[in-house]
Amino acid sequence: MTAANPRSDVEPLLRTLAPEVLGIVVRRFGDFAASEDAVQEALLAAATQWPDEGLPEHPRAWLIHVAARRMTDQLRSDIARREREAFVVRQEWPFRDPAETEGDPAPDDDDTLALFFMCCHPALTPSSAIALTLRAVGGLTTTEIAHAFLVPEATLAQRISRAKQTIKTSCVPFEIPAGAERDARLASVLHVLYLIFNEGYTASSGDALARVELSDEAIRLTRAIRVLLPNDGEVAGLLALMLLTDARRAARSGANGELIPLAQQDRSLWNRDAIAEGVALVSAALSNGSAGAYQLQAAIAALHDEAARAEDTDWPQILALYGVLKRMADNPMVALNHAIATAMVEGPHAGLALLDAIEASGRLEGNHRLDAVRAHLLERAGDRAAAVTCYLAAAGKTASVPEKNYLDAQAARLTEAS
Amino acid sequence: MKYMLMMHAPKEGWTTAGIGTWPQKDIQAHIAFMMDLNRTLKASGEFVDGQGLAGPEEAKSVRARKDGTPDTDGPFAESKEFLAGFWILDVDSTKRAYDIAATISAAPGKGGAPLYMPIEVRQVMSAPPTEQ
Repeated sequence: MTAANPRSDVEPLLRTLAPEVLGIVVRRFGDFAASEDAVQEALLAAATQWPDEGLPEHPRAWLIHVAARRMTDQLRSDIARREREAFVVRQEWPFRDPAETEGDPAPDDDDTLALFFMCCHPALTPSSAIALTLRAVGGLTTTEIAHAFLVPEATLAQRISRAKQTIKTSCVPFEIPAGAERDARLASVLHVLYLIFNEGYTASSGDALARVELSDEAIRLTRAIRVLLPNDGEVAGLLALMLLTDARRAARSGANGELIPLAQQDRSLWNRDAIAEGVALVSAALSNGSAGAYQLQAAIAALHDEAARAEDTDWPQILALYGVLKRMADNPMVALNHAIATAMVEGPHAGLALLDAIEASGRLEGNHRLDAVRAHLLERAGDRAAAVTCYLAAAGKTASVPEKNYLDAQAARLTEAS
Repeated sequence: MKYMLMMHAPKEGWTTAGIGTWPQKDIQAHIAFMMDLNRTLKASGEFVDGQGLAGPEEAKSVRARKDGTPDTDGPFAESKEFLAGFWILDVDSTKRAYDIAATISAAPGKGGAPLYMPIEVRQVMSAPPTEQ
């Protein structure tokens, strides 16, 4: 044992070790659901003991030892029960404790990657995949995750347990898929990480003070997967996109959580280190050939972040990038952003014409963003009355409090000015 | 995404045809239905909160007087419906919220016949904002 460590030192260590330990335990025992419970118990034991008693000499081996002991106890009691029920022939229990036989076993990168693939399996609903990833790979407790999403702990526990059940019934193997399936499954992993990152926007917007910063957690997990897949352009692109977006965190909301639009943000509050890292990541990724959607979005975020003033923003370049994105994926939100960029380069009427086409397609029906963007472009075109109507329509449809407040304030500003 | 599901019951006939006037087995079937529904929503990991509200007989409307003290009014005999209970659910889609609302709406009433209560479905404002 080393000197006593405060909780603040122990928790990051436990979160780093969590997927490594779980990978080893799953590899040995095979049963993902039970292994995950056992590792979670080991993490909780460590979180209670280590701050008082100090770190063990081999923290990873300690966790594996405790989780494996829990697994063997569980399996022995399962076997005993089945023997009582006279189902199973007697067998020697073959497991030997790794901590007794091997010292500190090295983590296997492939096991950690396989964990990501398993927790973000497309058979799971997004909310299940998010919860399972945060617990099994992120090493967060059920309490912490429940707190971050403002749901009861029992509900979150149930969500995780159902996710594990789905993995079991879908017979998801604990392995890295090959070929085209690997690419599709990696896309699911990155999507789950992106959703976690996006949820962090809610937590930091004022009234919901979450114990766990979901954006930070998403960045940490994306860094972890980048260590495992250093040459993947989309992993680098997603990490860059997160860093370049998160760099604006301090500037994007006011004292009462009110939204401050990009053009009005105090750019001196932007995190220069995060911008530099994001720009370097996306530049390197883009120079390596075919650009994916995350890389393109990161490149756009970089162009915003690199402009010293809003009016210095390289809109022609942003418009060109949205054009590429639009051809790559038929996504109405991309089309909407493309319309904004078009308006910035060619004027509001060109943007409004594109909005009409999006509206006619019916794919953003009921979505407040279409009204919000239209309001903004109408205002730029000088049609204040129509802009007010659209700002109010958008305010009535959004499900975000800061955004509603922002949109209402825009309508009020225009009404007062006229 | 979180939704609030509000169960409205008809005020008219509340005392003459309300749940207290049903045969005992129908009351039990209704309660069992609601208990079962809550168990299902907890097991699916969607339940955030759910409460039944005390009857409308004691419902009051409160406004502040000029000096800030409460001015209590009601109950209101003339209103057509009253809020009998609510759920807050965290679901993956709007459709799922509507499906659950339809299940609640068809809760068994007198003689086991579906009540077809109006369930108001409102999104709780918990979405991440978009950077404008």
